[in-house]
Amino acid sequence: MKKLLIAAALCTPLGALAQTPPELVVYTYDSFVADWGPGPQIKAAFEQTCDCTLTFVSAGDGAALLARLRLEGGHSDADVLLGLDSTLAFSARESGLFAPHTGFAPGTVPPFPWDDDTFLPYDWGYFAFVYDKTRLETPPHSFEELAASDLKIIIQDPRSSSPGLGLLMWIKAAYSRSDQVWESLAPHIVTVTKSWSESYGMFLEGEADMVLSYSTSPAYHRIAEGDDTKAAALFDEGHMMQIEVGAILAGSDQPELAAQFLSFMTGEAAQTILPTTNWMYPVRDVPLPEGFDDGQFDNVTQLMVDGTVPDLPAQAVAEWLLVLSR
Amino acid sequence: MALGVKPVKTLTGSIAFLAIAFLVMAPVAVLLARVENSAGIGPAGWAAVRFTVMQAGLSALISIALAVPVARALARRQFRGRALMLSLIGAPFILPALVAVFGLLAIWGRSGVVSQALAWLGLPVLDIYGLPGVLLAHVFFNLPLATRLLLQGWSAVPAEQFRLLAQLGATPRDTFHLIERPILRATLPGAFLVIFLFCIGSFAVVLALGGGPGATTVELAIYQALRFSFDLPAAAMLAMVQLALALGVTLVALVVARPAGFGAGALRVQQRWDDAPWARRLDAGLLVTLALFLGLPLLAVLGRGLTGAWPDGLAWALGRSVAVALSSTVLALALGLSLASLIDARRGPVGKGLETLTYLVLAASPFVIGTGLFIILNPYISPARMALPVTVLVNAALTVPIALRVFLPALARTRTRTARLADGLGIAGMARLRYVVWPEMRAEIGFFAGLAAALSMGDLGVITLFAPPDLETLPLLMSRLMGSYRMEQAATVGLVLVAGSFALFWAFDKGGAHGRNTRQA
Repeated sequence: MKKLLIAAALCTPLGALAQTPPELVVYTYDSFVADWGPGPQIKAAFEQTCDCTLTFVSAGDGAALLARLRLEGGHSDADVLLGLDSTLAFSARESGLFAPHTGFAPGTVPPFPWDDDTFLPYDWGYFAFVYDKTRLETPPHSFEELAASDLKIIIQDPRSSSPGLGLLMWIKAAYSRSDQVWESLAPHIVTVTKSWSESYGMFLEGEADMVLSYSTSPAYHRIAEGDDTKAAALFDEGHMMQIEVGAILAGSDQPELAAQFLSFMTGEAAQTILPTTNWMYPVRDVPLPEGFDDGQFDNVTQLMVDGTVPDLPAQAVAEWLLVLSR
Repeated sequence: MALGVKPVKTLTGSIAFLAIAFLVMAPVAVLLARVENSAGIGPAGWAAVRFTVMQAGLSALISIALAVPVARALARRQFRGRALMLSLIGAPFILPALVAVFGLLAIWGRSGVVSQALAWLGLPVLDIYGLPGVLLAHVFFNLPLATRLLLQGWSAVPAEQFRLLAQLGATPRDTFHLIERPILRATLPGAFLVIFLFCIGSFAVVLALGGGPGATTVELAIYQALRFSFDLPAAAMLAMVQLALALGVTLVALVVARPAGFGAGALRVQQRWDDAPWARRLDAGLLVTLALFLGLPLLAVLGRGLTGAWPDGLAWALGRSVAVALSSTVLALALGLSLASLIDARRGPVGKGLETLTYLVLAASPFVIGTGLFIILNPYISPARMALPVTVLVNAALTVPIALRVFLPALARTRTRTARLADGLGIAGMARLRYVVWPEMRAEIGFFAGLAAALSMGDLGVITLFAPPDLETLPLLMSRLMGSYRMEQAATVGLVLVAGSFALFWAFDKGGAHGRNTRQA
């Protein structure tokens, strides 16, 4: 009986793989596969164009996804990874885990320069702190104002989550003494979560005044829920841009299907789905629904990651750990 | 003792001991080899060490400080529901850590019952993430344990002593000096160290309630090194630090206090003659507070679980969890009984030495063993495929110290009652197990099997290192749902998990005690 039970338990993950049409396994973050996320619609749309089964596997946020793949080494079932961003791509490129992509879908020209042959962008946005207008009437307009306030924030761990790392890079880009900024922010941090979904959920439950998220997050509440109470605080320092990218695994057993899927993600069908499910800006010129953009971020100062220092993310994480573990 | 019996006992017992030693030593050796080319644990690692020691010390201090008045109240009061209260005190020991965290958040969280009441009064709400939350959860688990340990000390005092003191006209102060202070002096250091040891190995609680780098234990740092940055040398280094910590505390604990017997002693009421109305009111207040402190989070789990949502994969996760629990119970019974028989057969210094060695070997935490096994397995087979077998193995091995505490006193009792006769008749091997050991020890076997099954079912430890995204046991499913803040679904999983754990414990414990009306352990 014992053996039978163990065998039954062990066979579950294997059983899922033993299906006849080719299966494409895509590792991505939790919110991508949620019922309200892009996962279900993307799956339906892509499966119409291929004779295949598309399986999303959620395994934490960006950096955790990358660690997951390194952990699995050559044993991974994954064919495609969706959910790194331009910052993480620095260290991901060195891992040797990824194969070159075949380019954007025909007619897709992203609104920013892009010539990377491994990572392909599928959407983008600005990191921002989101708050509830009914609970917070005068939001801070800079990190300094935030530090001087008595507001509580929730952020994500930069070692596991791409927005978490994005905030580190944002502060690095805006301030030369980023360690002092972190010291002044530390008392305001309620908790540091592993993933974006966890923090955003906690914010919605009222566990903090502000949460590290995206300038486009309020659009979700406006359009999907008819709720105009959420807003993103515009900071005078400017905002760091996040470009979300996908890549093909070098160890994929479906390399052609994987390339086809990555290109599909930048095509019209997927790009039309993404803004109102992943709540980020598209990389292709597709019409946005009314109320998606409140225009607040139209003239924002764009901050960029300093690409000349390859280990800048690692330095920033070490500094952050040092300050916050004091 | 007949010659035909001893080799069998010695053989299976020796195999069990070597298996356990190998399971721990091989990973430790691998880790040691990795540590050489590592660059230390860094400031964040040291912060984790400091936090680990500080939270464990505070948790143990608060738990035993609160346990003293509570245990005294329980020792001297007879009231309706006392038996229920004693069961409630036993519950946290087999309550899965995540379920407890869930219940505690529902009461003490920023949007919990207490915060809502405070907000209604216009007061600031509670913020339990970080040290306060970790302490709260650890006291929730260990205050009952400390109370139980102290209560055993109190119950061991002969009633005549209290009567004699009353006849001599002693004041409550005299009673304290003459009876209670010696009890406390004998039981408190042991209780402190047991709780300290539990808390330095804390993972699930800190994972859920820790507040970032400032509130990270070494166990959590090992997990982060593997799962966030895939930094094997750093994980190995941290694992060695954790092993050194646990070994140090275990050694001190073994020197200061031999491990206490484990289980349900006769926790009877002490009649006292030094009573006063204020003392009665104080005790009542204490006991009501304790009942609320332990009971409300459990009620919250029940309430939110019944109204929650049913997540995908719950049935499979339940199946896997039950399979893991039953497998590791069978293994733990085999290991525990064989090893206890060996120690019992080799009475004297050799037996004591073996017992001590077992406790020391198993001071290695699940994450130390898990990290090492991961490094060993990774080049040959996907660790993800080994998630469940490894979990079974580690869970079984880690319950062996409990097995020894439950089985050794029972074996000593068996020895005086039936073992001599069985030896004389030459009953050995399976027949001895069936006709001599089982009838005599079924209550202990059932009780231990229940504990092992419940602990294994609720454990969220080594599986988090190995499990692939689509393989979930109940605690892992609950953790992932809480991680994506799908609280309604997490609530349902929590209820299924706690019901499963308690049901397994109850079934084994009742099964063992069936047909007997006494249980001593």
